[in-house]
Amino acid sequence: MAELTYRDAVARGIAQEMARDPDVVLIGEDIAKAGGVFKATVGLYEQFGPRRVRDTPISEQAILGAAMGAAMTGLKPIAEIMFADFAAVCWDYFANEFPKSRYMTNGQVKTPLVVRLGNGGGARFGAQHSQSVENWCMMIPGLKVVVPSSPVDVIGLMAAAVRDPDPVIFLEHKSLYATKGEVPDGEIVDTLGTAKILRHGKDATILALALMVPRALEAANRLHAEHGIDCEVIDVRSLVPLDTQTILASVARTHRVFTVEENPRLCGWGAELMSIIADEAFYDLDGPLVRITTPHIPLPAADVLEDLVIPSSARIVETVLRTLSN
Amino acid sequence: MDILMPQLGETVTEGTVSLWVKAVGDTVQPGDPLFEIETDKSSMEIPATCAGVLTDIRVQKGVVVAVGTVVAIITETATAGQRDSLPSAAPLPAAGAIIAPATAVGVQRQLDPHQAVVTPREHYGPGRRADGVAITPLARRLASLAGVDLGQLKGTGPKGRITARDVAATNAKPSARPAFASGAAASDIVALYADVPHDVLPLDGMRKAIARRLLESKQTIPHFYLTVPVFLDALNTLREDANAALSERAAGQKLSVTDLIIKALAVALQQVPEANVIWAEDRILQLRRADIGIAVAIEGGLVTPVIRDVGSKSVTTVSAELKALANRARGRKLQPAEYQGGSIAISNLGMFGIQEFSAIINPPQSAILAVGAAQRVAVETDTGGVRFASQMTVTLSCDHRAIDGAVGARLLAAFKSAIEHPLRLFVQF
Repeated sequence: MAELTYRDAVARGIAQEMARDPDVVLIGEDIAKAGGVFKATVGLYEQFGPRRVRDTPISEQAILGAAMGAAMTGLKPIAEIMFADFAAVCWDYFANEFPKSRYMTNGQVKTPLVVRLGNGGGARFGAQHSQSVENWCMMIPGLKVVVPSSPVDVIGLMAAAVRDPDPVIFLEHKSLYATKGEVPDGEIVDTLGTAKILRHGKDATILALALMVPRALEAANRLHAEHGIDCEVIDVRSLVPLDTQTILASVARTHRVFTVEENPRLCGWGAELMSIIADEAFYDLDGPLVRITTPHIPLPAADVLEDLVIPSSARIVETVLRTLSN
Repeated sequence: MDILMPQLGETVTEGTVSLWVKAVGDTVQPGDPLFEIETDKSSMEIPATCAGVLTDIRVQKGVVVAVGTVVAIITETATAGQRDSLPSAAPLPAAGAIIAPATAVGVQRQLDPHQAVVTPREHYGPGRRADGVAITPLARRLASLAGVDLGQLKGTGPKGRITARDVAATNAKPSARPAFASGAAASDIVALYADVPHDVLPLDGMRKAIARRLLESKQTIPHFYLTVPVFLDALNTLREDANAALSERAAGQKLSVTDLIIKALAVALQQVPEANVIWAEDRILQLRRADIGIAVAIEGGLVTPVIRDVGSKSVTTVSAELKALANRARGRKLQPAEYQGGSIAISNLGMFGIQEFSAIINPPQSAILAVGAAQRVAVETDTGGVRFASQMTVTLSCDHRAIDGAVGARLLAAFKSAIEHPLRLFVQF
C-alpha cells in the first residue's frame, strides 16, 4: 500500500499498461518531457522513450486524427486533450469517427483508443476551461465514458479502458489531481460499467461522479452526524456502460434518490439515470427524484461565483434535508 | 442462451436438424458451426452467436420441429471482468467511512451499454386518492401487498402525501377489501375464491363496455329518482282497437305496450323540452328531437339501440323500427350509429314481473325510464266506491347536472298524461 495523488495515479496507470503492452503509446500537448501541464504524465517519457511518448503541435484534431489512425493500424493509443472543453474543436472524431468505424465496417476496422481529458471546474479557469463534458460524450452511441474519482480507480479504470476494444473517453477531474488516496501495490485492473458503493445507508441514495463524490461523502457524513439521516453514496464511475444493477438495488433499499452533477442541468447524466430509475424502480420510490446540479449557465471565473454554482456539500445537505423533511 | 430453430424463408414453418456439429459439453465461440438444418426449401449450417458451453441438445437429428422451437441451450461464459487484483474497497481523499462495494466481487454483470429498460409489469393503483391526497409509488405497492386500505390513511409526508412510513404504521393487517374498490388487484379477488369450486368466464368486449360505462355512470353522474304510478286501462283499450284495425290490413303487425311507452315518452319530451338535454361538461345541449334508446337484453349482456326522432314518427313506424333494431341487436349486428347518442332511454323489466326498479343512466344520456309490470290495483272511484284498474310503476333516473327535480317531475307528469290519454300518441301535433 502506498498513498498516491490522483495525478500520480494517472501516470502509474498509463505506465502499468505501457509496460504490459508495447502497442500502448501516449500522445498529446506537452505530455512528454514537460510531464503534462497538469503533471499527470511525469516520468513516462523517461521510462518509455520518445517513440512511445510523443508531444504534438497545438492541434486537437491532429492529436485525435493521429490517434485514430494509429488505433486503426494496430496500436492502442492514449491521447490527451488538455482541457475537456477542447473536445468541441475535434468533435467530429468523438461523434462521427471513433464510435462508428467498427459499426460501419462490420468490425473490420477497430479503434481501440483512449482519450484522456482534463475535465471539470473549481480551478478558476473560466467558462471555456472548466466544463464537465461527460454528458456530451455519453449521448453518442459507440463511445464508452469513464469518470474516476479516486487514485485507485484511475489506475484500475485506465487499465480497463486501454484493454477495451472500443474507444473510451476517460475524464480526469482537474480539481482532483492533487487529492490523495491509498493504492495497493502491484497490477490494478478494474471493470468498466461497475459502480461503487462508498458508504452504505438506509434513508436515501446519493449518486455522484468525480469531484462530486468526495462532496457527496462529506455531505452524507454531516447528514448522519448532525441530522441522523443515513445516506448511501454511490460513485457511478462509468456512464457507458452503466451499472444499473448496483444503482437500482440501492434504490430498492433506500427508496429515495439524489444525483449530484457538476454538469449544467439540461441533459445531465443524472437525468438519464433518473429516467431509468423512474421506470424500473417506480414502485420502490417513496418520494421525488431530485437532481442537484450546476445551473444551466456558463461557469463563472470568479472564485465566489464558481463555488456558488457548482454543487457543494452544504448544498447537498440542504437539499437532502429539505426533500426528506417531514 | 436458447438456440432456436431459425426460419429459412418467409413461408417456411418448420425445419429438421440434419446434423449436430457440436456435442453436449463442447465449448463454442461465436461463429462456430453448431448444427445443420434442412427445410423443404433449403439446408443450412447454423453458427453459434455467443460464447459458452453447449449444455443441452433438445432436438435430435432427424426430428422435425416448428420454427422458433428451442433446439439447444448454450450456457454463456464470462467474457469480461478481470477483478482479481482489484481491492474490495478503495480509500477516497475526503472520505469518512469507506465501505466495500455491496455487489459481490466475482459476480458477472451485464456490460452492455445499450441495456433495455425494464418497465414494471405490476401496477398498484392510482397515485392520488379521490380527495386529492398523493400516494408515493412505494406506499401504493406496500399497501397493495399488505391489503392496507389507503382510503383510511392520513398522510404524514410533505403536503399530506402518504408515504411508505404511513403504510408501515398501520402494521399492515390484511383487510377484506384491500386498497381502493377499483384498485383491488384481480389476483387478490381470484385468490379469495381459490378454494371455492367455480368456472372462469372470460370477459368479452360487451361485458367490459358495460362494466366500464355503468361504473363511470354511477360514479360520475349524480342520479336522482322520481317514481309515479301510471294507469293503463285507456291505453290497453286503444291498443286493442289499434291492433284489431292493424290485423285487418297488416297481419302479424301488432303494437306492444313498449311501442306506446316509447311514443308517450317522445310526446312528453316535446312538451317538456328542458328535459331533452345532454350534459356536455362545459355546456348543456338541448336536443330538438326525441331520440330514445331502448335497452334490449341479448345473450351475454344488453345493448341500447336508439330510435331517432320518435316525435315525428307514427306509432306503427316506431314499432317496426324497434322490431328491426331488436332483431339486429340480438344478432349482434348493430352499427355504432344505431346505439350511439340519444338523450334518454327506456328499460322495461315488466315482462319479468318486476314491480318497480331504478335504472342506471347510460352516458352521455341524461335520463332513463325504468318501467315495471302492469298490475291490477284497487282504486277509489269519484263516488267513493272501489274499482280495479291496470297500473304500472315507472321510475325516472335523472342526471341532476342537467335536469332538476321539477323538470324531471314535469316530464314524468307529461308521460303519465300521455299514457292515460293515449289518443295523443296517434295524433301528430
